[in-house]
Amino acid sequence: MGKGIWVYAEHKNGKVKKVTYEMLGAARQLADQLAEEVAAVIIGKEVGELASALGEYGADKVYVVENDALAEYTTDGYTRALAGLALEHRPTAIFLGCTVQGRDLAAQVAQRLQTGLCTDCTKVELQDGQITLTRPIYAGKAFVQVVCPEARPVMATIRPNVLPPAEPQAGRTAEVVMADDVQPGDIRQIIKEVVRQVSSRPELTEADIIVSGGRGMKSAENFKILEELADVLGAAVGASRAAVDAGYAPHSMQVGQTGKTVSPQLYIACGISGAIQHLAGMGSSKVIVAINKDPEANIFKVADYGIVGDLFEVVPLLTREFRRLLGKE
Amino acid sequence: MKVVVLTKQTFDTEAKITLDAQGKINPEGVSLIMNPYDEFAVEEALRIKEKTKGEVTVVSMGGPKAQDVLRQALAMGADRAVLITPELEEMDEYTTATILAKAVSRMEYDLILGGWRAIDDGSAQVAGRVAEILGLPVVNMVIKLEIAGGKVLATREIEGGSEVVEVPLPVVITAQKGLNEPRYPTMKGIMQAKKKPMEKLALSDLGLTAEEVAPKVRALKYFLPSPRAQGKIVPGEPAEAAAALVRLLREEAKVI
Amino acid sequence: MNFTLTEEQELLRQTVRDFAENEVAPKAAEMDEKEEYDWTLWDKMAEMGLTGIPFPEEYGGAGMDNLSYAIAVEELSRVCASTGVLISAHTSLCSWPIYAFGTEEQKRKYLVPLAEGKKIGALGLTEPSAGSDAGAVKLSAVRDGDEYVLNGTKIFITNGGRADVYVVVARTDPDMSKKHRGTTAFIVEKGTPGFTFGKKEHKMGIRASYTYELVFDNCRIPKENMLGKEGEGFKIAMATLDGGRIGIAAQALGIAQGAFEQALAYSKVREQFGRPICANQGIAWMLADMATRIEAARLLVYQAAFLKDNKLPYGKESAMAKLYASEVAMWVTTKAVQIHGGYGYTREYPVERMMRDAKITEIYEGTSEVQRIVIANYLLK
Repeated sequence: MGKGIWVYAEHKNGKVKKVTYEMLGAARQLADQLAEEVAAVIIGKEVGELASALGEYGADKVYVVENDALAEYTTDGYTRALAGLALEHRPTAIFLGCTVQGRDLAAQVAQRLQTGLCTDCTKVELQDGQITLTRPIYAGKAFVQVVCPEARPVMATIRPNVLPPAEPQAGRTAEVVMADDVQPGDIRQIIKEVVRQVSSRPELTEADIIVSGGRGMKSAENFKILEELADVLGAAVGASRAAVDAGYAPHSMQVGQTGKTVSPQLYIACGISGAIQHLAGMGSSKVIVAINKDPEANIFKVADYGIVGDLFEVVPLLTREFRRLLGKE
Repeated sequence: MKVVVLTKQTFDTEAKITLDAQGKINPEGVSLIMNPYDEFAVEEALRIKEKTKGEVTVVSMGGPKAQDVLRQALAMGADRAVLITPELEEMDEYTTATILAKAVSRMEYDLILGGWRAIDDGSAQVAGRVAEILGLPVVNMVIKLEIAGGKVLATREIEGGSEVVEVPLPVVITAQKGLNEPRYPTMKGIMQAKKKPMEKLALSDLGLTAEEVAPKVRALKYFLPSPRAQGKIVPGEPAEAAAALVRLLREEAKVI
Repeated sequence: MNFTLTEEQELLRQTVRDFAENEVAPKAAEMDEKEEYDWTLWDKMAEMGLTGIPFPEEYGGAGMDNLSYAIAVEELSRVCASTGVLISAHTSLCSWPIYAFGTEEQKRKYLVPLAEGKKIGALGLTEPSAGSDAGAVKLSAVRDGDEYVLNGTKIFITNGGRADVYVVVARTDPDMSKKHRGTTAFIVEKGTPGFTFGKKEHKMGIRASYTYELVFDNCRIPKENMLGKEGEGFKIAMATLDGGRIGIAAQALGIAQGAFEQALAYSKVREQFGRPICANQGIAWMLADMATRIEAARLLVYQAAFLKDNKLPYGKESAMAKLYASEVAMWVTTKAVQIHGGYGYTREYPVERMMRDAKITEIYEGTSEVQRIVIANYLLK
């Protein structure tokens, strides 16, 4: 044992993000094949208590970097912490979630470690003894398989919701290493203000179900019928670029090549024509449902199930049916 | 204020992707555009220039065709352009960032702007790497930018919200949609663009060798996703179809 | 021979195409339906400098060539023919005669705001009994001291009602036997007492383009507003139409191109008998013919613009371009509707609008028959 496959454990509101467990599953498999250890790295203020969960999900070791200056994520502080640990322990690979934070951090750390970085990976495997990463390019219209032959660590960000999460084993524990010598140093980014939209709905990129609206929604107010459906299903609400450009929805809800890439179990597209750039952002969904009044709409070409009809009629009916099915009446 | 904007030429978002005989992405017949996120960066640079009487330099890396995006930026109002054509077989983000950082290091700058990612490989790391090489702080995915007294107040997108970050100049800022509404080049701008300087550089002009910028990551193969099988249209009146769909999602697709 | 466009022309095409697709196309169907133009588009075009493309910068223009202008009209018409004719009539029919025949003072006063898009222009030529026979205009202009007094009506005036500046061809010599030699051109501003608008036409196509009757009732125009010399009205009108034909030819070309692209895309996604309809040779050959004729039309249009840019005679070539491009537009749009089948006949798809829009290009600024007369006159003289 030694070196190690590292997983950066991103956390929010005192909870480790789901993608961390997905990465721990992949890391476990690689580590077993390479006879190396799996280590999780968690950075923040008073985050040590999250280490036990990481152990249950397969980490052999958990590096904990705790510092008051790391209470909030900053590019400089976290880069210095993660890169510092990596320079000290020289792992074989580091995986981060392909989230806003993961992307931000990964690029800085990779450059500081003078290594390659493969972003937004949807597959991690060992081929001919090399860690081989597959990632979508052109927003999913093509894929490329890459390796990082010499430079170490191999670095990758992993798309949330794609890899199966590790199975937790109750009582399994990890060795906790308090990395007290890692200092955040000067942090040039000062966080002045954080504004979080209060929403009971899941993040688009992490949601199991997404209800999405396009130009056919005709107005911002009409999104209410999608929200009602979403709330019955515990789903997130998305939008096409056409809907965002028309001002019906904010850009943070946009799914597609110039928005978010999502891979839910179920994607319900309402009044979305299916422009190629939208399909690129949601084409990896497990099941796609399309509701559109135009039977020629491109979206039906990728949909598993389609209803040709007026969404303003169909969506409320669907909401009613789901409510009945899920006993939420 | 001297602003440098990093831009990239990408395939149009509507482009259909195919592979060529060598199994690589086929660029033939695809219309090329300025990476949409870079357009926000160019626009922001121009607005800063208009406020502070500064100068805007646009930099791109690529073949002769990449001049088109630089020319577009010049027509929008940028002052000068630099095109680097490294003529390398294999490149990755490390390669690109190393070259761009070297080119930028020869310039005067207070601010470096770029799109937060390109819509082609979407790797979102070149600007960050450039910052790291130049020893500058970076703020990614910025949707609002204010500059005063040698400091930048940048509002950036984070999951489920936004945060305001204060950072000293010089700094690397990457643009997210929402930062601004990019202008169209004017006809006069198009006519003036030709008269503005466009410097063309090879790798050796930057004092770099192919070995120094050798990629860390190598592509094994490219492939296209297998097409989704055409699904079924659920027939019937809306009420009937809705009920049938819900049943199918539970019993057949098993996603509910 | 060089068939490649300059970098500026390429960039202009890309810019106008982006603008047309992002800003104009989403509004085209609604503007057609309501017979109303969204004038915020005009303001945006003015800001971009699309309202004065072929005029020198000193007169508020972009200092570009006529080929660039033709490309711009083509690209606008590709998504919205009403926008194409708005720019075309404004530029070719009003700004151009002022540029070509106006005094320095007239250019300063009228061309500059027209080219900058602060004002919109129109040409008043056609009358109820002077259509193709433009020399037969009856609207009278009688000299009275330092003024001319205008009486009569003009019909089918593109941009009428909305335009601020009108070039109006009137009869200054009441002797009708003098025919076209008795006509003179004037610049008339909207709001001049005695100048009002009559009926608005409701049309088959280009429905977002305003077509109005102009009514002159003892409308007094200062003599400084005479364009060119007395008796030159017909000459100015004909020279204007020579150039105007390039604009209309470019409009027709754009309509054809837009309809062709719609049909091509539709033929790939519409499936019948288990395969896309473009897999049928009947459809594929139709597409091949459409593309070929469009390209031939494009070469004629660009050639006419090229000749004008190089100060070479272009009257015959612009008539050929207008004749051919307009007939290609009608043919291509008809085929595009055919390829769309029943859907093509509905307003769910833009091709029926394009077919309606195409028809006018065979009629205005000289019908196809008049173009053939013009061409034949060149051949037989």
